[in-house]
Amino acid sequence: MTVRERLRQNISAAFYRHGLLCASYPVPIILFTSVSILTCCYPLLKLPLPGTGPVEFTTGAKDYSVPSHEPQGDLGERPDWYQGPPVAYIQQVLVKAAVSPWDSSLVPVDVFRSPLGRVFSLLEEIRNHVYTDRSLETLCLQVTELLPGLRRMQSILPEHGCLLVSPGNYWQNRRDLFDSDPDILKTVHQHEPKGIHTSATLKDLLFGVPGKNTGVSLYSRKRVVTYTITIALSSYDARFVASLRARLKQLHPSVNCTLREDHMVHVHFKEEIGIAELIPLVTTYIILFAYIYFSTRKIDMVKSKWGLALAAVVTVLSSLLMSVGLCTLFGLTPTLNGGSIFPYLVVVIGLENVLVLTKSVVSTPVDLEVKLRIAQGLSSESWSIMKNMATELVIILIGYFTLVPAIQEFCLFAVVGLVSDFFLQMFFFTTVLSIDIRRMELADLNRRLPAEAGMPPPPKPGPLRPREAPPPPRPSPHTITLQAPAFRNLRLPKRLRVVYFLARTRLAQRIIMVGTVIWIGILVYTDPAGLRTYLAAQVSEQSPLGEAGLPPHLGVAPVFPGGDPTSTLSVLPAPEPTPLPENQSQGHGASRPGGAPLTSPQISWGSEDEEVWRRLSFRYWPSLFSYYNITLAKRYISILPVIPVTLHLNPQEAIEMRHPQDTQHAPRSSAKTTDLQTDLTLYKVAALGLFAGVVLVLLLFCLYRVLCPRNYGQNGVQHGRRRRGDLPCDEYGYSPPVSEISPLLLRGHSMDIECLASDGMLLASCCLAGQIRVWDAQTGDCLTVIPNNGYIRTHTCTLKCCPLSLPGPPLRRRVTPSRPTLFGDQPDLTPLIDTNFGELPPSHTTVGFGFDFGGLVEKAYKEHEASPTMHFTAPTPPVTPAPPQRRRSLGDPPVAPPERINVSPGEWDSSVWSLELRGNLIAAGRSSGKLELWDAVEGTLRCCNEDGSSGITALAFLNNRIVAARLNGSLDFFTVDINKPLGLLQYRGPPGRASLPSSPCYSSEDVISCQLTRSVQCAHQKPITVLRAAAGRVVTGSQDHTVRVYRLEDSCCLFTLQGHSGGITAIYIDQTMVLASGGQDGAICLWDVLTGSRVSHVYGHRGDVTSLVCTNSCVISSGLDDLICIWDRSTGIKLYSIQQEVGCGSSLGVISDSLLVTGGHGCVSFWDLNYGDLLQTVYLGQNSEGQHVRQLLVLDNAAIVCDFGSELSLVYVPSVLEKLD
Amino acid sequence: MLLSLYLLTAMAEATRLSSNGTAQRGPYISVITNRTTNLLIRGTMLFGVGVFLALVLNLLQVQRNVTLFPPDVISSIFSSAWWVPPCCGTASALIGLLYPCIDRRLGEPHKLKREWSSVMRCVAVFVGINHASAKVDFANNVQLSLTLAALSVGLWWTFDRSRSGFGLGVAIALLATLATQLLVYNGVFQYTSPDFLYIRSWLPCIFFAGVITMGNIGRQLALYECKVVQEKIHQD
Repeated sequence: MTVRERLRQNISAAFYRHGLLCASYPVPIILFTSVSILTCCYPLLKLPLPGTGPVEFTTGAKDYSVPSHEPQGDLGERPDWYQGPPVAYIQQVLVKAAVSPWDSSLVPVDVFRSPLGRVFSLLEEIRNHVYTDRSLETLCLQVTELLPGLRRMQSILPEHGCLLVSPGNYWQNRRDLFDSDPDILKTVHQHEPKGIHTSATLKDLLFGVPGKNTGVSLYSRKRVVTYTITIALSSYDARFVASLRARLKQLHPSVNCTLREDHMVHVHFKEEIGIAELIPLVTTYIILFAYIYFSTRKIDMVKSKWGLALAAVVTVLSSLLMSVGLCTLFGLTPTLNGGSIFPYLVVVIGLENVLVLTKSVVSTPVDLEVKLRIAQGLSSESWSIMKNMATELVIILIGYFTLVPAIQEFCLFAVVGLVSDFFLQMFFFTTVLSIDIRRMELADLNRRLPAEAGMPPPPKPGPLRPREAPPPPRPSPHTITLQAPAFRNLRLPKRLRVVYFLARTRLAQRIIMVGTVIWIGILVYTDPAGLRTYLAAQVSEQSPLGEAGLPPHLGVAPVFPGGDPTSTLSVLPAPEPTPLPENQSQGHGASRPGGAPLTSPQISWGSEDEEVWRRLSFRYWPSLFSYYNITLAKRYISILPVIPVTLHLNPQEAIEMRHPQDTQHAPRSSAKTTDLQTDLTLYKVAALGLFAGVVLVLLLFCLYRVLCPRNYGQNGVQHGRRRRGDLPCDEYGYSPPVSEISPLLLRGHSMDIECLASDGMLLASCCLAGQIRVWDAQTGDCLTVIPNNGYIRTHTCTLKCCPLSLPGPPLRRRVTPSRPTLFGDQPDLTPLIDTNFGELPPSHTTVGFGFDFGGLVEKAYKEHEASPTMHFTAPTPPVTPAPPQRRRSLGDPPVAPPERINVSPGEWDSSVWSLELRGNLIAAGRSSGKLELWDAVEGTLRCCNEDGSSGITALAFLNNRIVAARLNGSLDFFTVDINKPLGLLQYRGPPGRASLPSSPCYSSEDVISCQLTRSVQCAHQKPITVLRAAAGRVVTGSQDHTVRVYRLEDSCCLFTLQGHSGGITAIYIDQTMVLASGGQDGAICLWDVLTGSRVSHVYGHRGDVTSLVCTNSCVISSGLDDLICIWDRSTGIKLYSIQQEVGCGSSLGVISDSLLVTGGHGCVSFWDLNYGDLLQTVYLGQNSEGQHVRQLLVLDNAAIVCDFGSELSLVYVPSVLEKLD
Repeated sequence: MLLSLYLLTAMAEATRLSSNGTAQRGPYISVITNRTTNLLIRGTMLFGVGVFLALVLNLLQVQRNVTLFPPDVISSIFSSAWWVPPCCGTASALIGLLYPCIDRRLGEPHKLKREWSSVMRCVAVFVGINHASAKVDFANNVQLSLTLAALSVGLWWTFDRSRSGFGLGVAIALLATLATQLLVYNGVFQYTSPDFLYIRSWLPCIFFAGVITMGNIGRQLALYECKVVQEKIHQD
């Protein structure tokens, strides 16, 4: 025993024990597995949430210095990205402007026209600010031109100069353009994209505050316009910034502003994943899901297919999570983007093992205990699983030695993943599988006990019928009655099936739930309410205002008038801003009494204004910079403290700045319209959401129906084991119409059928009792019965007077007993005159009695004189006393009995061991060693040869030669001579059909003789077990482990093929000279008949190979282990195997190159050879439970004959039949 | 992709129906069983897959330094020249049809794991190889090329294992590399950092892996055709 085999055995034994363990204690093992998964996933909690949100770090503004490139050890809290200078320093000037006091003479446009107009003077101020010798020009970030794709923004965004962004950019920073603009709102909104937008829009970009907070609207209640002027500085000059701040503050003081000014926020941007980069990722995920779909589709024959598929996916996913967790635990934090390597890992780890395990377990015998099934299934696949795993590990090891960091990391990751996946497969999936199989058995039990418990009421009376009137036990041999409940389920109308399906699976409900979740997800993602920013702010821990700051969407909605103290939120640092000093500071004391304080806009500064950029999308900065082809990924920007600017304008100024068209604009704003507006938006969103949800549901449903046209929900019956009575159902849940294939039962034999032979037109069968029956292979009619003891002619067979057979037989047979007396002394010339075929045989009796028939010179015999003489001279020493006998036996059997009884009474009890049929001659080899030739149509013995005494184990009948293999290992070659009294050849049946078998029929008036031409005494040392003849060759297989090839013409032995280590049990040879042999050692050899060399040699079965068939591309073998293996003929690779039911392995046949037929428990199954799919199962009868199909014969007209018990069954395959027509 | 999946399902359906007899044979199925039509359908599907993969993989090849694409996603998908996807599609259709044809000629039908799941696995590995070539930072180009070559041969061993497949793959890869060289030499386009004459040295490996993948898909599609045609012969 080699090391490999020992290893294999050990592994197999270990897996067996493991399987027993898993199946015995499923619950503790699942608990254990869950606990270990959770433990391994625990380190994942420490990982930051995946996402591309920016990370912040705050330093003081006073003692700021550009961080160095070298990481310094002492700065513990300093993030590792905080190195080197930032991309830019951002200085924002936050402007809040209002026309106050509000005058009733003002129109809505006045709210923002004059405040926006002030931006130009501010810009001028900023641009011209000079501190010592530095101006903004020297400090600011110089940008070049925009990206080529952004030509349309060219007029708006600055190019070739300072990156300075303000609302003034809409008008190219020119006051005159602004003044002449008739419709500011239109100008602002003309660049807004339609529909949902996720990233920063141009309005956000220029205003620097979220669009709805700008106050640039006709319906603004607060009447405060807010915008920022954003300056990007390339280098930080503290003094310049301070002087700018001081200058602006001095010009536009903000009285109640207590904004902190001592913090600098550094924002680090992670790698941004653009939509374009997501596409490959999405593609890999689509491929991954297709892979999972195609893999799990193969799981079959289990209770809950989806359950197992889910378990498989869970296994893979949790193994990945475990591996990530373990890697994190050991400090191997993956730097690669987990999302993008994930699909490849799944592909590497694969679902194959899971499927292999399932298949192997399912293919174990069902009658075993669940424990044993699991254990056997595991152990049988153990070797391949271990081999695969070792291969994968080796590949990964090789990958590890590429010494590329990224690949090494992947490999480490994959190793951990592989190991954890193996662990989970062994513990988790195996246990789930055992539970599933146990459930299936329970379900089977349940189904057997209460007949139809949970059935839906039948929709129409049609299917009800079987229940009301139980079918008669056996209505007709030609129909199958299907009574399984599953069948009725299948026959339901389609509509009802859909309804039941929906009801059973609650599909709609679930899809709506999923749709809602997805919708919420989309809403959150598209960020209409700033949720995302809020979350990002919450997540980032370094943010100083992360906890303290107000949720932006709460803080930025100051719908209440500023002066209302009750509604002022307590977080505001200055809760009691008095409007009065503000107004006075502006030097405009003419505040109006009455309603004025209520409507006058109030400018208040709160902590939410400190970092106004937080309220924007987190893509604000990256998108701004990306317009100039500057990436912020993996880099950071520093945001300087904001400079607040408060502008108060008096109404007079606002009126002056009006454009002539402004007054024609919209009506006065009212609270009503605003409410209506928001309400309408709400309704619109709701309606849109509902509509989208419905569309999604419909889409998913259609997709489901398209992709999965199967009925998964059908109680699992169709996918369960094939049970008798169930409608056979192919892989797609499609059940073929029953009427299509209906077996024809041929009854008449009293005992089990032993031999079966056919030439396509006729069918001969022989039972254990020795009775031979001849059937019409087309109609299934019994034509002739040849009883064992030839002279009792009982015509009991229920003849349906076949039109094909000769019209005479019944009549003739009735008169046969009296025939010898009538015709015994008729002259020999009768056949020439008489046209009645039935009366031909007696003529020979006279010839037989007259020993010297050569003297009776007949015209008819002259033609064939040569053959009888040869007949006499045939060297057959052992049978020398036989000639008179033979002469007589040439005649009609009724004459023979007296002599036969004389010879040996026991001979008549000798059973038929082999049977062959050609034309209308039946060759029967008996255990006594006698070879008989019978007329198939008339049931008369035409010839008999008793040259040998050893039983004939096998016969081959080819052209006019018969080869008989005997028990003692000798091989006899016989020649059948036909002496035609007339020169006409008669063909049986219509000419069209008769042309197929091309065997000229022996008409009844022919004199048929059978003579031994050659006897090979010691063809084999041991009994010959198989004999096949085709293409002019005779091949014999014997128990002496050899195969011999003879030439048929001269009975010359061409080759002796050695290669088997056991007796030969099966041989196949066909016209194309393909020779295959199978032996008791389970080996299959393919030979080259021309050279006698062995082409391939494979071991496929545990036990004898019982039958072999070849097609053009493959070899099909079956063995005692009830396994049917399909091999590739050219390479000898096993393609797949089919597990048969116990005891049914040996019967198989090939109808065409792609259709395989196998016998089973009372049924025959049709398989697609290319795929190994079960196409259809045809049940042969009702009470055939336990009867095996032992022999199966494929006829030329695509019919299949198989025996089961004492009956024969004729099955037509219609689709193949059409080929002939 | 979805379309091709749908077509697959339809073909499977057709095969199933035709294998079950003639009762449900409609005009649609007879169209599917028609040989030239079938060839056309296969070619179209392969073309579609090729174009799709070309677009996606081209996106992968777009280097990292442009992080944010301009707002028009469509334009970035078609960022390469217009003739690249059709060329890839045509090439993949040719290869996908050539493989089963050669198999038939040589009489060595492809027998290894003829399942869709294995094909999907193959495609995923192919995308992974592309991913690696685009995203993984290697020390030098030789290392990158060697790794990719090993991966490609591994792909062949795992999913093909036929000599004809290997030979065809190598031949087509060499041919395609030569064609690319010529194109680049004539200045149709160029690579950012050529290290192998005018092109990148990993290009042949990618071509080889692509040929193997497309051949795999083509063979799998041809299986359907074989099945359908065989059934049709029976019907006739």
